[in-house]
This record gives sequence, C-alpha cells and structure tokens, in this order.
Amino acid sequence: MIQPIQSLTALRQTLSALERRGATKTLGAARALGATLPFGIDAIDRHLPAGGLRLASLHELADTGPALEHATAAGLMVAGILARLPGPVLWVAERADLFAPALAQAGLAPDRVLFVNAPRAVLLAMEEGLHHGGFAGVVGEARRLDTTASRRLQLAAESAGVTAFALRRSRTIRDPALADPIAAVTRWRIARLPSGPPVPEAPWVRGLAPALWRLDLIRCRGADPASWTVEACDATGRLRLAADVADRPVAATARQRRAG
Amino acid sequence: MWPTDRWRRLQDSAAPDRRAPIVTRSHDGRRWVIGAADAAAQGLGLRAGLPLAQAQAMRPGLTVIDADPAGDAAGLRDLAGWCQRYAPLTAADPPGGIRIDSTGADHLQGGEAAMLADLLDRLARSGFTAQAAVADTPGAAWALARYGNRPLIMVPPGETTPALAPLPVAALRLPAETVAALDRLGFSRIGQLAEAPRGPLARRFGAGLMRQLDYARGTVFEPLEPVPPRALIRQRLTFVEPLATAEAFATVIERLCRAVCAALARRGEGARRLDLVCERVDGTMQLVAIGTARPVRDAVHLARLLAERIETIDPGLGVEAMTLWVPLAEAAAAGQGDVLAPGGGGADLGPLIDRLVARFGAAQVYRAAPVESDVPERSVARVAGLSPSMGRSWPAALPRPLRLLTPPQPVQAMALLPDQPPVAFTWRRKRHRVRRADGPERIFGEWWRRDGEMRAVRDYWAVEDEAGERFWLYRSGDGVEPETGNLAWFVHGIF
Repeated sequence: MIQPIQSLTALRQTLSALERRGATKTLGAARALGATLPFGIDAIDRHLPAGGLRLASLHELADTGPALEHATAAGLMVAGILARLPGPVLWVAERADLFAPALAQAGLAPDRVLFVNAPRAVLLAMEEGLHHGGFAGVVGEARRLDTTASRRLQLAAESAGVTAFALRRSRTIRDPALADPIAAVTRWRIARLPSGPPVPEAPWVRGLAPALWRLDLIRCRGADPASWTVEACDATGRLRLAADVADRPVAATARQRRAG
Repeated sequence: MWPTDRWRRLQDSAAPDRRAPIVTRSHDGRRWVIGAADAAAQGLGLRAGLPLAQAQAMRPGLTVIDADPAGDAAGLRDLAGWCQRYAPLTAADPPGGIRIDSTGADHLQGGEAAMLADLLDRLARSGFTAQAAVADTPGAAWALARYGNRPLIMVPPGETTPALAPLPVAALRLPAETVAALDRLGFSRIGQLAEAPRGPLARRFGAGLMRQLDYARGTVFEPLEPVPPRALIRQRLTFVEPLATAEAFATVIERLCRAVCAALARRGEGARRLDLVCERVDGTMQLVAIGTARPVRDAVHLARLLAERIETIDPGLGVEAMTLWVPLAEAAAAGQGDVLAPGGGGADLGPLIDRLVARFGAAQVYRAAPVESDVPERSVARVAGLSPSMGRSWPAALPRPLRLLTPPQPVQAMALLPDQPPVAFTWRRKRHRVRRADGPERIFGEWWRRDGEMRAVRDYWAVEDEAGERFWLYRSGDGVEPETGNLAWFVHGIF
C-alpha cells in the first residue's frame, strides 16, 4: 500500500522538477523544490500530491463566513505550519491587529517573526521578502490578489526557495474577489465548526475544547478538492484529525463523507 | 610634552619606561637642538632649545627621537576633534595645546570642574600629560594652563586680571625678543605690565604687545578657529544645469553614495543614518533621511534605500546641488548575534529591514516582544527588527486571541452575575448565542500606571457561539463591587 504511493510521489516530483527547470535559478531553489512539510495527518498527507504542503511555493488560505474579516483560523493554521519550519518569518499586514501571544501559543515564537505593516503594499513587501531568500516563510494578509500578482509571488517563492502564504481578508462575507483564479499551488478554505465538550466523557464540564475546523482544499495542482475536519493546531503547531465529536452538526459529517 | 607623549603612545608597549627621559631633536640650521623634552628630561634640566650635544653630555644614554612637526600637528588636530565630546567648538593650538570653547556646554558634563577632571583623567589614561585651565578668555586660559602652578586651574568669572597678575610676561604669547626686552626694562610679571601706562609701551613694542594683553584680559574678543566636526562625512555635488528627473537623481545618489562609502571605509565605519539635502533653484532645501538597522557602507544598498525615497523629492524648478551627510556613523561590526538568524545559511536580514523601513517607516517594521503586564493591550511591545532577543514569551496557558480589537468594542450581553459567561451577546447588530465558554480570567488594573485603574477589574471569557466562532469578551467590573467597573461588556479579540 505504501510502496506505490511513494513511487508515485517520486514520479510527480520528477515531473514537476522537469516542468520547472527553466524557472529554476539557483541551486538552493532546486533543492527546495519538491521539499514538502507533512501535516502529520495521514489522510491529508496521502491526498496531497507531494505528501504534504509543498515548500517554496505560494499557498492561499481564507476563513469562510464572517471570520473572513479577521482570518483567524487561517492565520493560526499558517502560524502552526511556520512553527514547524526553522528560520525567521516575515508577516506583512495592512493593519496591526495581530496579537503576537496567540502566534506564540501556536508555536511561532515572537523572536522569529518580523512584522511589517504595509497599507496598500502588502504584495510588494511580500515579494521583497521572498526575493531576500532568508526567511522560512513570508505571510501576507492580502485582500486583493489577482492572477498576475499571484504568479509573481509564486515565481519569487520558487526561485528563492521560500514558502509564501496569502491570507485573504475581506469585510464582505461573500467577496467575489476570492473566487478569482490565482496561481497558488494550494487554496484552502477554513470553516469554523462548533466544538465538542472539553472532556468528552464528562459533557457537563464547562470550558472550551480545541477549536474545530473544516479544512477545505478547494484547489490543488495534481489533487482533487477535498475536505477534512481537524482540531486547531496545538502549542507545537500540529493539527489533529478530529475524533468523533458528540454534538457535531449532521451537515459537516455528511460533507466530510462526501469528500473523503 | 605632546611630541614625546605622542611618540610613546605610537610605540605602545615598546615605549621606554616613563622614568627614562626622552627628547626630540630638530635642526635649527646650525646644530641639533632639543625640540621637546618629556617630564623626566625636564626634571634633569633638559629644556627645549638646548643643544643636543650638550644634553647628551649631561645625560649619557638619553633617548633621542626625531621631531615630527607635521605628525604632531595632525595628531593635535585629531585630539581637538576628539575633544568635541565636551563642546562643539574646539581648536588645535600648536605646538602642544587644545582650545575648547565650553560656553554653554559644561553643564552637560556636570560643571566645569567635572568636565576638566574627566578630560585630564581620560588624557592621562591615554598616556598624555596635560594641564588644564578654565578662564573667561582664551588668552588667560592659555597662560594659566602653561604657567600656572597646578594641573587644573579654574578662574571664576570676572577674576581674570588678578589671576593673571603673578604670571611671567611670557604667558602672554609674546615673541622671545619682546620677552627679553621687557625683562631688560624690568617687566617680569603680567601685573606690572597691566599697571604701566599703555602709551609708552605701545610706542616701544608696537600694537602686538597691547593686543596680547587685551586678549588675555578679555577687553578684546579673540576669535577661535575651530576644527571642522570630525564625525560628519559630507559629499556635495553641484550641477551646471538644474536636475528635475528621477533618473538624474538616481545617478547623483549613486555617485554620492560611492564617495561616502569610500570615506566610511577609510574610517572603518558604517552609516546608521543618511541625510540627503537637495538644494533647489529657488533657494529652498528638500531633505531625504534614511536609517539603517546596522552600520552599512555598501554603496549599492545605501543608494537603493535613497532611491526608494526619490519620489518624495519635490524638485520644483530644479535641484542645483545635492549633499549627502552621514549624521550618525558607527564602527562597522560584522555578524553580531542575530536574533532573526536565517535558517540554513541564508542572507543577512539587515538590508531587507532597511529597505522596508525606508518604504514604510520605522514604526511599521518591528518584532513583538513580551512585556510584564497582565493587561492584554500592554503585554506586547514593538522592538526594532534586529534588537536582541528577549529570550522569553507570554504565559502559554491562558487563551489569547489572534486578533486584538483596539479599542475593545462594546457589546450588549446578557449574563448572570457575578461569575457566569454571557448567555448571548450582540455585536455589530449580530446576535451570537454562546454555546461554550471558558473563564473567567480576572485581570486587575495597574494602579501604578493610571489612577483610574486603582480598583479596576476585567473578567475575561473565551466564548464560542453556535457557529463555532470564538470571541474574547470581558466584563468591566467583578460583578460585586460597583467601583471595580460598570458591568459593561466588550469584545476584545477574535480567536
């Protein structure tokens, strides 16, 4: 079972490396190309073509519903991913409403993050950071991101070997701009689900369990859209596939089944 | 003693012991004579002007070095520049003196006495024998420093004339023949000279003698020729035709940066700040200032930082001259312990931070650092990108939202007092029914910061609504004592 998947992964890596040989500029980039960061969740890692989140490329994440304005689940997920990569992080935002202690709780230590507030120039600052090449990841809280801009970011990420994350934010709940095609390698949508009791065996105990997210992969080169229900990342930045939660709404379960 | 002290300093550890006499020799056209003698040599009766052969006969084994007048003068100018730490106007006063115009500057050093004591102490530690005097006039200070009986003399304001009276007439900086002629007439002290009628003396010795006396007593102001401030590197380019295009500015900036970086390299320094002054045809100035995260003398990098700001230059009818200054330079130290050290041998972040700062402003590029405060909005400080690591983080156990709303926004909430989470709350006209909650986390006001927080209390709850959205709410007040808060509810963050 494992064997064919591994060889398939290797084949895909070879193919993508061949595809990109023209764009590859440096040795470091060639090394970074094809490198992946597994989620540590078998179901997700097996579904993704490279066996995890491909590094040195652009990924897009957005919350769904009213949370789109604050991009909190997406932000925490990115923080969790970056917590598991070594090196400094550039975090570009339009306004400074990010609360660093929450990043630290997702495993991203304050010393590692350089924040830049760049109103109306998030993409420019991101590109600058990517070209620098010294970061583990570059995060941009961008509302507008079109095909051209995303392709620039993707190329910069590839050639510098740095992973880029576009965190989409918008005050409009169903912003049509989010449906535009962009050149990101993966596009994720994260929906909030009502969480279960903190102690499943004792539902009367008050408190909050880890937040529950529905992770929708709406676009990925080389893989079908899919959806998983996960628990928000822990102090080391790891997600966990949600255990059966007693009072999970029926709709979410059905959707997960359909996707899986 | 400046020439011998300077020589000892240049020899460093190879210099002979302080007790061994040293003299410099110079040629007066006929024979070798002593140019300068150090303290030990002077103690043996060896003085400047004595024929060297006679000196060596008096003291066999005397260390004799060649005089280096040009080197001495240059060294003195450097020392005068160093003295600008005390006051901005300093001048070298050859052969062995420094003049400092400390008017209005001594209070920065804790008064004149403290300033002079510090100066002498620093010079002594560098191996320089020195005497210092403060007086109302440069002439009096000159006389007292050289002919005074103590290494540190302070003349209170208005008492210059009596302080000068006992000094020999040579202390007036007079030519040797004038001193000798005065001596023949019986004038040996300045006091005698000051009391004598001016007319006959002026007729006999010319205006020079009276001028020196007036300089010393302060009846005539004596100008000082200050050394240019050393710390500033400055490059200026003037143009035949006024410039107005961005491309032309970029070319000029590049040339100025190359010249400035060459100057920085000679000093082993890097720029921390650069000021570009554009002089317009209409006589007004335009200033572009940039800062760097660490000392930089990479011309390409500095030119790029300045080029980012070209659009802020309003050329008006044209720019006819551009000056690049380095108001702040530091010794360029490579590779200090970097907090944001790139993983896997990546490039230095300094240049990138400089570019981001140049474009977005220093306040917009920062790292977050923990602050010892329970009040959430005070628990995060912004520090510069390359500032040293704090080495700690925030308490991990308490829930903290990813977005903090500044200021907290009021919500309408229904809750049981004193320690129940809200059952429901309305924020931005949307009603959220609370399904689960965690809390309360009680945070007390910091009375030492503001009087209003003397008794203030906030009770924080992390709540989840029916849709799974999580909010950080707080109630002002503990729900029992009215003076702790008015029981209003706020949303302070979004998880």
